[in-house]
Amino acid sequence: MGKRSVIPFGPQHPVLPEPIHLDLVIEDEKVIEAVPSIGFVHRGLESLVQKKDFNEMTYIVERTCGICSFMHGMGYCESVEHIMNVEVPERGRFLRTIWCEMSRMHSHLLWLGLLADGFGFESLFYQCWRMREKILDLFEMTTGGRCIFSVNKIGGVLKDIDGDMMATILSVLDGMEKEVKDIRKVFLFDYTVESRLKDVGVLTKQQAHDLGCAGPFARASGVKMDMRKRGYAAYSQIDFEPITSDIGDSYARCDVRINEILQSIDIIRQAAAKMPQGEISVKVTGNPNGEYFMRVEQPRGEAVYYVKANGTKFLDRMRVRTPTFANLPGMLETLKGADLADVPILVITIDPCISCTER
Amino acid sequence: MAKVKRSPWLLHYDGSSCNGCDIEVLACLTPVYDVERFGVVNTGDPLQADILLITGGINTQNQSVVKQLYEQMPRPKVVVAVGVCACTGGVFKDCYNILGGADTTIPVDIYVPGCAARPQAIIDGVVKAVALFQKRADEYSAKKERKN
Repeated sequence: MGKRSVIPFGPQHPVLPEPIHLDLVIEDEKVIEAVPSIGFVHRGLESLVQKKDFNEMTYIVERTCGICSFMHGMGYCESVEHIMNVEVPERGRFLRTIWCEMSRMHSHLLWLGLLADGFGFESLFYQCWRMREKILDLFEMTTGGRCIFSVNKIGGVLKDIDGDMMATILSVLDGMEKEVKDIRKVFLFDYTVESRLKDVGVLTKQQAHDLGCAGPFARASGVKMDMRKRGYAAYSQIDFEPITSDIGDSYARCDVRINEILQSIDIIRQAAAKMPQGEISVKVTGNPNGEYFMRVEQPRGEAVYYVKANGTKFLDRMRVRTPTFANLPGMLETLKGADLADVPILVITIDPCISCTER
Repeated sequence: MAKVKRSPWLLHYDGSSCNGCDIEVLACLTPVYDVERFGVVNTGDPLQADILLITGGINTQNQSVVKQLYEQMPRPKVVVAVGVCACTGGVFKDCYNILGGADTTIPVDIYVPGCAARPQAIIDGVVKAVALFQKRADEYSAKKERKN
């Protein structure tokens, strides 16, 4: 038995832009245990329900996270809409679907870039981020914002995508599909990349299920779980199947996410073809009264929103359970027995979003 | 210390931001905005950093971390608060865990507004920071000469 030592990892470290602290107990070069401590980004966002009314809360909830900001806002709005029995017009629901899938693409491209940076492939990192900028340009064209674009409101969306914009989106996606397929070759069939990802951090289907993992992290281990199948927004009218893999290592997680980018392109095309003309939002009057539990599939996995209202304009409680929080136990499991050099990759493969987790 | 007009090294720390400003800081360093072509490097090491970019407000847990990072940076140094949360606390000002903007803990020189701050604004802030950094470096060497 070698000598045990503890290496502190974070909160400020070059791998992630976000602070998370891990105490890595290592023996020689192997990690025996990882002890996380979180709370560096905790703001206490949920408590703001006492100070902001339920309409203003939409903009606060969007600021839970800057990467999947749109989906946070949408999850919250749909919960309140369910409580108030508001029927969002068909076109509004399709627009939400389109922005959701664009968010997923930009988030996965960001993740692929960080992964490439994690194993030291700088030029690949830059390629992914270059492609991501095209999606951000589309966001800017359709909504006016790049990261946080506040187009959700209770009762629908605030902005419409007209025919010209839709044509631009589709032509950009055509080019992007080719580029993603090119980059897939590097991620999945490059010898160096394979050697850093294959058989690193294997999580079995049983483990993933028992630890309650979510999203692409669980799907890469073979758990076929995708909240989009529940049919919120306009997903009930879209034809798609959750992408899974049975291998459960870092390579499989990378594979699942790249295929999800291609799937998102397909979903946007379907939504653009099926989107009807008409209103994008309805007028909402009165205050909500009741409670609702909403599940949304974010790029990182399943997010849960719980809203409890009491008939006044201030909510009683708003709770968010974010996917990274569900995936942390899985990450700690994969870290056990890993090489110290693989720690950054394993931390990245769950696609951690610390600001979501701690709110 | 004569010419430091170019190639400042940045240290980026996420206070309690929502990630929006963080990914915009990274977007500045990657293609399209690409400030690395001017020699601006994002370093993870406070001991080698010239400019501290801080995003998000200060909370009770990260206050000591921010203070420590600032103290570890060699002089001269410049602090840029990126985004409205780092400037004043932003939408989270009323939260129980937020103490306020970055200036509650460390002296801030340049404030970049925006939610999320746009890359153009961040680059503008960094350009101003470099000018200030040069000024401080000049003062420092003048002082040293007088001593000799």
